Amino acid sequence: MTTPVSAMALVLFGSLLGSIGAAFLKAGAVALTRHWTSLAYNWKLLLGVTMYLLSSVFFIMGIARGELSVLYPMVSLGYICTLAWSRIFFHERITSTKLAGVGLILAGIIMMNLGSR
Amino acid sequence: MTSVTTLTPSAAELHLASRKRQSLIIVICCTVIGAAAQVLLKLGAESLAHPSLLQAAIGIFTNPYLFFGYACYGIFAALLVVALRHGELSLLYPVIALNYAWVSILSVVIFHEHMNALKIAGVSVIILGVAVLGRNGSKA
Repeated sequence: MTTPVSAMALVLFGSLLGSIGAAFLKAGAVALTRHWTSLAYNWKLLLGVTMYLLSSVFFIMGIARGELSVLYPMVSLGYICTLAWSRIFFHERITSTKLAGVGLILAGIIMMNLGSR
Repeated sequence: MTSVTTLTPSAAELHLASRKRQSLIIVICCTVIGAAAQVLLKLGAESLAHPSLLQAAIGIFTNPYLFFGYACYGIFAALLVVALRHGELSLLYPVIALNYAWVSILSVVIFHEHMNALKIAGVSVIILGVAVLGRNGSKA
């Protein structure tokens, strides 16, 4: 079975959407106060949840069309983008410890998926 | 007037560090709930056999597995937002990958799927990665 470009595009798009969704969740979470209107009028939170859900739809569509071993490493794009958004929009520090942790997690995900073939 | 330099962390810094630690613990709980959701959805999907889209949609409310599965996803999202209020996105987002590790362990226990050396190594490496991030998170 070969993995079509369309499957790769779906998974890459899903990963990107998920990382943007996570950034909106964070932005929405920060805006929450004790007042109920901060939840009711929180469009960032709503957008974050929607994008997060949509990302899983694209992801499942992509995975159904191709090989997991090729597609799963593409998930790493989502993690790398999230690190980028964290730095750009929330001014978080990207330390070498964080990079090492993310690297290990990605290696683990790839190993697990090679094991489940 | 001379400025006072403190070598010990201030109360505010300690407070921030404990908030970050709390966020990390909340997300780890989140991943357990997320894994439970996936197992419940799988059990629900099996009990429905080959449902149409409409049957699946009705099943969310009538099938207890699907109902509690989606309820778990709701709790997952709410807890994630609580954690993200004070925690760093760059730290907490990668931790969500623990979900894969729990699902893989639960699949063996509940669905009797077989585990091989590569899967066990993968799960261990993910947990190690989260531990590394946890060390980073405990520093303010």
